[in-house]
Amino acid sequence: MSTLPSQKAQSDVVAVNAPAFGLRQYLTCLKGVMVREGLRFVNQRERFISSLVRPLVWLLIFAAGFRQVLGVSIIPPYKTYVLYEVYITPGLCGMILLFSGMQSSLSMVYDREMGNMRTLLVSPFPRWYLLVSKLIAGVTVSIAQVYVFLFVAYFFGIKMPPLGYLFVLPALFLAGLMLCALGMFLSSVIKQLENFSGVMNFVIFPMYFASPALYPLWRVQQSSPILYKICQFNPFTYAVELIRFALYEQVDWLSLAVVVGCTLLFLAGAIIAYDPSRGLMNRKQDTGGNA
Amino acid sequence: MQHVKTDGNGGVAALEVAAVSYSYGSKRALSDVSFAIAPASFTVLLGLNGAGKTTLFSLISRLYSTRNGTIRIFGNDVARASGEALRRLGIVFQARTLDLDLSVYQNLSYHASLHGIGARQARQRIDTLLKQMDMGDRLHDKARSLSGGQMRRIEIARALLHEPPLLLLDEATVGLDIQSRAGILATIRKLVATEGIGVLWATHLIDEVEDGDQVVVLREGRLVAAGKVTDVVKSTGTKTLRDAFSRLSGLDSRQITDIEP
Repeated sequence: MSTLPSQKAQSDVVAVNAPAFGLRQYLTCLKGVMVREGLRFVNQRERFISSLVRPLVWLLIFAAGFRQVLGVSIIPPYKTYVLYEVYITPGLCGMILLFSGMQSSLSMVYDREMGNMRTLLVSPFPRWYLLVSKLIAGVTVSIAQVYVFLFVAYFFGIKMPPLGYLFVLPALFLAGLMLCALGMFLSSVIKQLENFSGVMNFVIFPMYFASPALYPLWRVQQSSPILYKICQFNPFTYAVELIRFALYEQVDWLSLAVVVGCTLLFLAGAIIAYDPSRGLMNRKQDTGGNA
Repeated sequence: MQHVKTDGNGGVAALEVAAVSYSYGSKRALSDVSFAIAPASFTVLLGLNGAGKTTLFSLISRLYSTRNGTIRIFGNDVARASGEALRRLGIVFQARTLDLDLSVYQNLSYHASLHGIGARQARQRIDTLLKQMDMGDRLHDKARSLSGGQMRRIEIARALLHEPPLLLLDEATVGLDIQSRAGILATIRKLVATEGIGVLWATHLIDEVEDGDQVVVLREGRLVAAGKVTDVVKSTGTKTLRDAFSRLSGLDSRQITDIEP
């Protein structure tokens, strides 16, 4: 194999300016990914409005209608009877994170189809770091949506203990990370944008309804022990409970352990799936080129 | 500051592709492809649609993993030292990769951050490159509002933001009018001459090749010729590159296009 010669006369040595990346460069990369995710969210006004309207519809219409039907007994972390609206608020926070996580999955499928994903994947930073940056960016946008929802809910009389708004932040971050990681893994499996409707039907809705987001699990157990078992295997169940307890300044350790475990599992799956040497991406024929 | 030896004759190549093969399932896309290009050179990767150009670019940029063979960028193995290799590589993909909802500046600064370039330095580079590309007045325009040729110029500016010594362009002129094509090609050739950047220019359009260029010809995933245009023409026993390319591609020379249909 011979090297095709240079066209330009030059010296024997060419300087290639490439000092190793330090912490500052890593943070610059994270900031860039977060800014882009934020700009995309702001630019997509419909996404912002629907992310707010969806939980408010559940809170103000569904909850009002079902208040009398779905009575809630005193269960931890509640110390007294609570209104149904109060009960479902943590579940609606989880719903925002769930939809947002899947939206992030959608955006990755879209990015891949449109080619934008390549600009991320050809960055010299480690692939795992790029994916984690994208996750953190997605979760940050989700958390902002949750706080806007809680702010609006406050004016409709759904008030949490003041410190709960602070305590819930790490819970939202962990739960959001888990759901975004799941979305990222799914995005590596989905080949085309059209297949995303399948995710809605087979992932989002089952996860949401087979959880304590809308009704306590003891009620589910009374009506269907099998469904109760399914709910217990649903990671979203633990995300909702983690948020619920955190809003009342408590930690549900089981939920914390499950959410952390699932986050690591889904994240590892996503990193493997997007790793060019091992992942699923390698098996897909590129749609952007000819061969 | 790392120094890479490049004497053009046995020194470290800007890009070295050694015995690379790749398959999509049972479909072989590349078979035992080997070539190397020197720094500060303009090399044309010629091949018809389906010859394996885009697959090769995906392997060089590590979108796909090289299972058979080795690819090195300035001596850095893309599989083993991907970070070091990718830092020296700028790439313009065939498919448009600008985020249409973001402005030109936002697109470029996003790319700068993906290379760890801070805001102030990024702004300086962006201003310089946009002027170089005659796009200085479009900084805050949405990418969606740009024409195809303008988008390509922005993508080239983006690929150059981190000052890579090697630039890959995959069918960069596809879908552009003749004037835009000529403008972009001239810009890239000027970069080779003035900035000393090594360029691998993938195309199936024969009129984009000049007599002084190096060419690498792919046919159905196999390398069928590599070298100076004159040498390739001579080796095929033809008189023009068009005839040489048609013979190497197994086509009638009338089927070789200068411009896109």
